[in-house]
Amino acid sequence: MSELAIEREIDRSKMQVSDEVAIQISGMNKWYGTFHVLRDIDLTVNRGERIVIAGPSGSGKSTLIRCLNALEEHQQGQIIVDGTELTSDLKNIDKIRSEVGMCFQHFNLFPHLTILENCTLAPIWVRKTPKKEAIERAMHFLEKVKIPDQANKYPGQLSGGQQQRVAIARSLCMKPRIMLFDEPTSALDPEMIKEVLDTMIELAEEGMTMLCVTHEMGFARQVANRVIFMDAGQIVEQNEPEEFFNNPKSERTKLFLSQILGH
Amino acid sequence: MSTELAFVRTEQIPPSPPPSSAIGPKKWIKDNLFSSIPNTILTIVTIWLIYTVLMVVVPWMANGVWNTSSLTECREVLQGKTGACFSVLSERWNQILYGFKYPVDSYWRPNTALILLAFAAAPVMFFDLPRKMLIFTAIYPFLAYWLIWGGTILGPLVALLGFVAGGFAFMRLSFKSFAAGFFGAIIAAFAVWIIGGGLIPETASENSLLAAVPSRDLGGFMLNLMLGVTCVSLSLPLGIALALGRQSNMPLIKGISVVFIEFVRGVPLITLLFVASVMLAYFFPPDSTVDLFLRVVIMITMFSAAYIAEVIRGGLAALPKGQYEAADSLGLDYPQAMRLIILPQALKISIPGIVNVAVGLFKDTTLVSVISMFDLVGMIRGPILASTEWNGVYWELLGFAAFLFFVVCYGISQYSQWLERRLATDHR
Ligand SMILES: Nc1ncnc2c1ncn2[C@@H]1O[C@H](COP(=O)(O)OP(=O)(O)OP(=O)(O)O)[C@@H](O)[C@H]1O
Ligand SMILES: [Mg+2]
Repeated sequence: MSELAIEREIDRSKMQVSDEVAIQISGMNKWYGTFHVLRDIDLTVNRGERIVIAGPSGSGKSTLIRCLNALEEHQQGQIIVDGTELTSDLKNIDKIRSEVGMCFQHFNLFPHLTILENCTLAPIWVRKTPKKEAIERAMHFLEKVKIPDQANKYPGQLSGGQQQRVAIARSLCMKPRIMLFDEPTSALDPEMIKEVLDTMIELAEEGMTMLCVTHEMGFARQVANRVIFMDAGQIVEQNEPEEFFNNPKSERTKLFLSQILGH
Repeated sequence: MSTELAFVRTEQIPPSPPPSSAIGPKKWIKDNLFSSIPNTILTIVTIWLIYTVLMVVVPWMANGVWNTSSLTECREVLQGKTGACFSVLSERWNQILYGFKYPVDSYWRPNTALILLAFAAAPVMFFDLPRKMLIFTAIYPFLAYWLIWGGTILGPLVALLGFVAGGFAFMRLSFKSFAAGFFGAIIAAFAVWIIGGGLIPETASENSLLAAVPSRDLGGFMLNLMLGVTCVSLSLPLGIALALGRQSNMPLIKGISVVFIEFVRGVPLITLLFVASVMLAYFFPPDSTVDLFLRVVIMITMFSAAYIAEVIRGGLAALPKGQYEAADSLGLDYPQAMRLIILPQALKISIPGIVNVAVGLFKDTTLVSVISMFDLVGMIRGPILASTEWNGVYWELLGFAAFLFFVVCYGISQYSQWLERRLATDHR
C-alpha cells in the first residue's frame, strides 16, 4: 500500500476529459440476499475520465465495478453504459460487455490457450474479425504491453506481472471504450506492480475512460482526475486527487488515509 | 575476529565418477529388493509366487494343442500331460468374433467397417490431423450401419439427409436465437426422416447390393465392439448436455437433468437391459418393431451418460469462477463460453474419470448375454460350451475373452494418458 513513486513524467495535457457521458449511474441499490451491499449510488463518468475507487475491504468497491458490466445484477436504479441501459435483456448485456474491458485481480487468463489465442478469441468470435486481422491486432497490443515475444507461450509460463499485462492486452483487443480494473496489482510483487501501472498510465495518456479499484495511492495521485472513497456500500467522498489526499473532508476518509498512508 | 573461519575457494573441484557401489544394477537390486529384512522376505515370497504361477502357466501354454476338432481329441493328443486345448479357438474362431448367425461370406463387411473406424476416429482422437477428415467421421456412422446391416442404402441415406437438413436449419435460424435454431433443426430433421422414410419402398431391401442382416444375427466380439463404440460416442455428448443441464439456471432443465441422472445411476444396468429386452416394447407404438440392438444401445447410453455427466460436473466445479467471469466480461455468449473456455478445461480435468466410465461401459457390454444376445460371453456360455465337442473348455475360452477385452481397455487407457500429457498446458 506504499505510495509507489512513478518515475516517468506523466503527460496530463493529453488526458482530455470530454463532456460526453460514458457511464451514468443513478439511484442504484444492490442486495446480496438481505444484505444491502450498495446503497443509493449516483455517479456520472465522462468520456476520458480516470477514476480511482478506494475504500476499506468489504465496502463494495468490487461489487460496484462488477455491476457496470453485469457480472453482478443490480436490483434498483439505473445504469447507462455508453448509451445503453443495463437491463436483464441479454442483447444489451452482451453489447455492453463487448464495449467494456475488464481486468481482474487474478488475471483470469484462459490457461488452455496460448497468449495469442487468449487475445484473438473474443475478437474472432464476438466481433467476427477475420483471423488474420485479429492476430495483427493482438500482436500490436502485445507489443504495446511489451511482451510480443511471449505470444506463443501459455499463461502458466509467464510471471504475474506479464500475465496481468496480457490480460490488459486481451481486453484492448476488443477495442473497448471503457476499461474497468479491479485491484489489478494487488496480487503482484512490487517490481511487477510498476510494469502493470506503466501500462495503465500509457492507456490513460491515450484518453481511455478508466475506472480503477486500487490501493496504489501514487497512481491515484498522478493519474486519476477523481478519487472516490467508498465505505459500507456508499460513496462517502469524491474529489480531485490533490484535494482528496491533502484535505479530506469526512472523518472516515481521514481515518482510512491515515491507515493506508501513514506507517 | 577468527580468521580461520573465513574461507574462499579459488579452484573448482573437478567432477569424478561415483564409486561402483553407488551405481549400476547391483545397487538398484540392493536398494529396492533387499534394503531391509521385511523387504527381503517380501522379495523372496514374491519370487516364489511368480515362479509357481509360471510353472503352471508356461507348460500349459507351451503344450497347447491347436488343431483338433474336439476336447476328447485334445486329451488324446496330450496323453495326460498338462496342456491347453486351444483348438477351440481355432475351430470356433469365426463364432467367437462374429457370432454363429452372421453370413460367412459377409465377414468382409464388419471387417471393412472396423478398418474405416480407424480413419473415422483418428481426427477426433488426434486433433493435430487435418480438420477436413471430420467429414468422413460424420459420414461414417451411416456407412458402417449400411455395411454391417446391409439392406437398402436408402435408409442410412435418408437418416444422413435428415441430420444435414437439421444442421442447415440450425445454421440458418441460430442467428436469430439459439432456441429457434434448435427447434428448427429438430423439425427439419424429422420432416426429412418422415417424408424420406415414406418414400422408401417396402421391398427396397430385397435385391439390394448388400444382403440385409437382421440385428439378432449379430454376435461375438463384433457385437461387443459395436455396442462399446456406439454407446461411448453417444454417451459423451449426452453426458456433457446433462452436466450442463444440471448446472443450468432454468429450473425445468435442471430438474429434468437431476431426476434423470439420479434415477439412472440408482438402477442396476442389468435391470435396464431387461427393461430394454422385455418392457420397452410397450412404450413404442405396437406395430413398430424397434430393434433390440437399438433398445440396448439406448439403455447402455443412458446408463453411462449419467455417470459421465457426474464426472464432468466434477470438472466444471473444479474450474475457478474467474474463468466464467473472464469469458462473460469479453462478451462471449453462453454457447461460446461453454464451447471455447469452460468445456475444454472441464473435459481435460475429467479425462481420467471419463476413461474410467468408458472402460467400464465396454466391459459391461458383456451383460447383454443375460438377455440372450450372443456377444462374446454369450457365445462362449451358449453355443460353444454347450456343444458336445467343447463342453468343459473353460480356461482357454474365458482366458481368451479376457485377453481380447484387456487389449482394448489397455489401449484406451494408454490413449488417455497420452491425451493428458498432450493437453497439459498449465505448467503447474
Ligand atoms: N456473492 C456474494 N454473496 C454475498 N455477499 C457477498 C458476495 N460478494 C461479496 N459479498 C459481500 O459484499 C460486501 C462487498 O464486497 P466487495 O467484494 O464488493 O468488497 P470490496 O470493497 O471489493 O473489498 P476488497 O477490498 O476486500 O476487495 C462484502 O461484505 C462481502 O462480504
Ligand atoms: Mg474487491
